[in-house]
Amino acid sequence: MGNVLIIAEQSGGHLKKATLHAISAGQAIAGRTGGKVHVALLGKGVGALATELAGYGVTVHAADAAGFEHYLAEAFAPVVAELAKASGATYVGAAATAFGKDLVPRVAARLGAATATEVLGFGGAGPAVTFHRPMWAGNVLAEVDLATPVKAFTIRPTEFPAAQKGAAGEVKAAAAAVDLAALPVRFVEFKEVKSERPELTEARIVVSGGRGTKGDFKELEGLADDLGAALGATRAAVDAGWVPNDLQVGQTGKVVAPELYIAAGISGAIQHLAGMKGSKVIVAINKDPEAPIFQLADYGLVADLFKAVPELREKIKAGKGS
Amino acid sequence: MPLKILVTAKRVEDPESKIKVKPDGTGIVTEGVNYKMNPFDEIAVEEGLRLKEKHGGEVIVASIGNDKSMTEIRAALAMGADRGILVKHDGPLDPVVVSAILDKVLEKEKPDVVLLGKQSIDDDQNQVGQYLAERRGLGQGTFASKVESLESEAEQKKQPGIGLAADGKSVRVVREVDGGLVTVDVSLPAIVTCDLRLNKPRFASLPGIMKAKKKPVEEIAAASLGLDLAPKVVVKKLSEPPKRQGGLKVADVPELYAKLKGEAKVL
Repeated sequence: MGNVLIIAEQSGGHLKKATLHAISAGQAIAGRTGGKVHVALLGKGVGALATELAGYGVTVHAADAAGFEHYLAEAFAPVVAELAKASGATYVGAAATAFGKDLVPRVAARLGAATATEVLGFGGAGPAVTFHRPMWAGNVLAEVDLATPVKAFTIRPTEFPAAQKGAAGEVKAAAAAVDLAALPVRFVEFKEVKSERPELTEARIVVSGGRGTKGDFKELEGLADDLGAALGATRAAVDAGWVPNDLQVGQTGKVVAPELYIAAGISGAIQHLAGMKGSKVIVAINKDPEAPIFQLADYGLVADLFKAVPELREKIKAGKGS
Repeated sequence: MPLKILVTAKRVEDPESKIKVKPDGTGIVTEGVNYKMNPFDEIAVEEGLRLKEKHGGEVIVASIGNDKSMTEIRAALAMGADRGILVKHDGPLDPVVVSAILDKVLEKEKPDVVLLGKQSIDDDQNQVGQYLAERRGLGQGTFASKVESLESEAEQKKQPGIGLAADGKSVRVVREVDGGLVTVDVSLPAIVTCDLRLNKPRFASLPGIMKAKKKPVEEIAAASLGLDLAPKVVVKKLSEPPKRQGGLKVADVPELYAKLKGEAKVL
């Protein structure tokens, strides 16, 4: 068999793009095992999304119920585990987002499966799939084997391409009974951090600031907006309360791999580097010529960011006009 | 309502250490590497202590490993935990085995709240709390965070970020997720995994360190628990990630702009 079940992530009927990367990872496994890719889609009012997802050549199991409006691992895990069994899946995975990391181990525990977190790629030969994943803040790459009949995983979205539309798959309605009152957890509220800028993990350009900003992100925000970029930050900047938590790039924050990463006033602690060193082009602007970030940067500029960033913005504006 | 709180303390490489892979790829070079408590577990210990300071009760610290893990248990006791449990095991572990062992510890101790680091900074797996919650059929509040900034006055007053409901039947956990914060009420007994911004762990005081030496630590042989201790996440090979070719400096902003536009073609 060797089928693969990918768990889709959505919010209000809108797909999280990371899911498409997880589907392509699933397709890579299925290509090795000769199996098929199934997708578990749980939520409220996800009918249209189920049809859209089927367009990627997969079988979508849609569990549509009011009780799935707000994601809870305790509600989702039993349904996903049953779908894994019913679809003959020996691989169960999702994107390594907060959702995937919260849910997949819980599903795996129900299936007696071991889990590989933040998978970067697959190894092994033929249907014997091994998993490449980072350890020690990305300072070590490990090849791991999961010695359980069913194998669970979360993939790092930046390491896999987005799935492409293919032959139409099918949509199957899945049993969607959930008794929220019987769960050991209750949803209270979701406070969304709203931003006009693109999401960090999906942006083509990321402009990040660290301690060197001394809390003044105005110029960096301006540069981000000039470039249509996402804003990022180091743990130090987030801990100081200068910017919201979800802007943190690093081992424990978000992992990004944009085409261009501009690090301003960032010294380059290994925990931060773990979150951005996959970027295609890295620019570092820092006053300290000894800052470790320079060893990694494709273009390093030893300068005061409060002078260099406005100058760069002027150049970009002038360049747009020409 | 006094709470019985269980916290975990894993022995890991100091995050500031330089980690190098052995030439044969079987492990990392341990010479010259310092060890300490997993930073996320330190946050769990701190949160446990704050819950106890507010509601009364007991904080038990558990670790799994060889005799050396006693250092991390003593470190948590020095911070203020009341007693320790060392489940002795030599050799590799994985979240499947660790959660099975903790399941046994929970069965015996029956804590109201279990606080774990969301991940350990060596394996970076982020799984144990979730496996443990499912094994015991409990609710999970993963990636627990705090609404207030860690620089705020509330933080200075060392209030727990996790709120106990008035009826004492659940805890309110604010979870750090993509794009915002989710609040959930988790019924007791609850499994909570701690993220970076839940609190700032205290340093052990000298009297704390002295007292820690006399606090009881129970030792249990993992082999006596009747569990399959063979890891299911089998590490076949370790390697160093490809090195990035960096280090080029530009003289000024015009040169930087020209390179980004002409050479890298990213603008």
